[in-house]
Amino acid sequence: MDILGLSPELFWTALFVISSFGLYIGIAIWARAGSTQDFYVAGHDVPPIFNGMATAADWMSAASFLSMAGIIAFSGYDGSVYLMGWTGGYVLLALLLAPYLRKFGKFTVPDFVGDRYYSQAARIVAVICALFISFTYIAGQMRGVGIAFSNFLHVPIEGGVIIGAIIVLFYAALGGMKGITYTQVAQYCVLIFAFMVPAIFLSLQITGSPIPQLGLIGNAQDGLPLLQSLDTTLTDLGFSAYTAGTKARIDVFAITLALMVGTAGLPHVIIRFFTVPKASDARKSAGWALVFIAILYTTAPAVAIFARANFIESVNESRWSDAAAAGTIDRATLGEGETPAWFYNWRDTGLLDAEDRNGDGRIQYRADPETNEVTHLDRDIFVLANPEIGGLPAWVIGLVVAGGLAAALSTAAGLLMVISSAVSHDLCRKVLFTSMSDTQELLTARLAAVAAVLVAIYAGINPPGFVAAVVAFAFGLAAASFFPAILLGIFWTRMNKHGAICGMTAGLVTTAAYIVHFKIGFSSVVMGACAALAALALLVLFFGTRKTGQLPVLLGMSGLAGIIAITGLAGMLPDFTMGSAQSWFLGISPEGFGAIGMILSFAVSISVSLLTPSPPDAIRTMVENIRIPSARKHVDHNSAASNQ
Amino acid sequence: MAENQSSKATPVDTGNISEAHFKAYWRANLLLMAALLAIWALVSFGAAILFRETLDQFSIGGAPFGFWMAQQGSIYVFVILIFAYSVLMHRLERKYGIDDDMD
Repeated sequence: MDILGLSPELFWTALFVISSFGLYIGIAIWARAGSTQDFYVAGHDVPPIFNGMATAADWMSAASFLSMAGIIAFSGYDGSVYLMGWTGGYVLLALLLAPYLRKFGKFTVPDFVGDRYYSQAARIVAVICALFISFTYIAGQMRGVGIAFSNFLHVPIEGGVIIGAIIVLFYAALGGMKGITYTQVAQYCVLIFAFMVPAIFLSLQITGSPIPQLGLIGNAQDGLPLLQSLDTTLTDLGFSAYTAGTKARIDVFAITLALMVGTAGLPHVIIRFFTVPKASDARKSAGWALVFIAILYTTAPAVAIFARANFIESVNESRWSDAAAAGTIDRATLGEGETPAWFYNWRDTGLLDAEDRNGDGRIQYRADPETNEVTHLDRDIFVLANPEIGGLPAWVIGLVVAGGLAAALSTAAGLLMVISSAVSHDLCRKVLFTSMSDTQELLTARLAAVAAVLVAIYAGINPPGFVAAVVAFAFGLAAASFFPAILLGIFWTRMNKHGAICGMTAGLVTTAAYIVHFKIGFSSVVMGACAALAALALLVLFFGTRKTGQLPVLLGMSGLAGIIAITGLAGMLPDFTMGSAQSWFLGISPEGFGAIGMILSFAVSISVSLLTPSPPDAIRTMVENIRIPSARKHVDHNSAASNQ
Repeated sequence: MAENQSSKATPVDTGNISEAHFKAYWRANLLLMAALLAIWALVSFGAAILFRETLDQFSIGGAPFGFWMAQQGSIYVFVILIFAYSVLMHRLERKYGIDDDMD
């Protein structure tokens, strides 16, 4: 059965992965960037439907592709927070942000914040937020790439991370936004095909319909509604019903809100809308992006119930064979009623394990940890093993791996773009070395991309503890910092720089502190690391806003934070224990705290703005012109009286 | 530019628009936005979270309605909302003569 000396799975996986990577590199060479305009915003000339596809690929990470269906399969109704949260944000983007930011017509999110709030300090705060959000996020993507390589192509994780990073670097540094956009279009096609093929096969097997979306409301082959049978099966095994959910209502509410608002505030999503030709295209493009995302997101809940039902049916009470587990007999010979071959295959990868603890020769899958014999069940298994669970041909497995890699790489590329533009454009050109030329800026952007990739490789190989909290961090911080500052900047002319700086800082610090307290815990080292970040931020603020004759207050504060950082990292500060779920604020989990951080940020922004002077008139004119889509018309304040 | 004549009698081809004209446009936009965002909140936070139990008494196919709204229904509504905004906003901008068709 082997092809070219490789097992069929390995052959097809290698074929799909190598040919898709070749495709991305080819596109990158074709779409090289010649100017900063090309590099940051793909020349402003990407058609809305292509931008929609690129946005969808940019948006859907390894987590959406591999983990989401599995999370829903385990958590049932509770999983809805991801489905609604990660799609509802596009309504906010299309209605409230994208068209205006596109009309504004600059390159980055800190660009908008810095110009609208006529302040270098605001720009620097925005740069720091953008960098922190993007680095957390990219480390998670790189880890996903490494795991895909190690599980499927038997390349060590380090090797996998480095290969993935080099591919991303190649098209990001060469083509900038232009290269990234067109590779993302290709990556979307790969990932959606890879997600839908197994879903359609499963749907045909289970419900007889080729449209997997209908599976959620459909009947199984026995004529009973699928959801109803699943609820009954699960409650019989001691689990809570699939449609019931276990999270508190306020937590479901808060997480959904935080994810929606966070989506709308994520810089790598926002900058995608800078690439279309005009403001009205930004709206259309957001619509297309959501269509392309919805294809996967409406399939995922159906895949989730297929997978959970299939898993229980084929594993629960199946006859366990130690010989098959050890590989001493051919697993292909296992028949009806025996634990299926795929179970043993995935057990070899360490994602799944079972033990016949009561010695009855069968595997019991139960909620009660005392009687449950499926001792380890990784949630990612449901998407990865679906092709085998459904008995699909080997090439489908290769396709799923290529799809997962496409999802991870496309997101990593978008994030890399944010990091490189934040460093080269916002930090270097606009703050530190204002006399830079375009050519120098472009070179800095490429060097920044290389540096960011090196950091991402390191973080992918040695994931820092906070990567596990990536969802809470990225979305919570985007919701609590960028969203209020941008929204008020567009819709409230009275909003001034003091409000923006205080609001962003308050939202960022409170949300980050809450997440660290409940997800990581303030140990001495963690406090030291936070102080080190603060010292660095204050130092940049000092250099960026330095005026002669002023007392170097910021420099002093930076020095103080530096001393705290050293004491903390040396382990000399007291360790605080991590917070437990009982002491959550209003019962809201760290994932949902972004919603509270956002409300706080709005409140601080508005009150501080009202207590400080109005912004200059030029800003009011700028905001009014952002609100008019047409480039040729401006508000004429002199004619006001004659028309009323 | 026939549509411009049907709205306010402001000359729109001179390059700039009057403040009153701009305010009317902006108010209409905010109203449209508020209506669509109300639907957005109603289907997600309302139907799928707050009033879920009530809606679960009804079912769509084999799924309880509130549950279905949380997992699929709200997403379909979101897509419709964005395209509706895109079309209605375009109409509004043409009415006020500030669309970006010619840019």
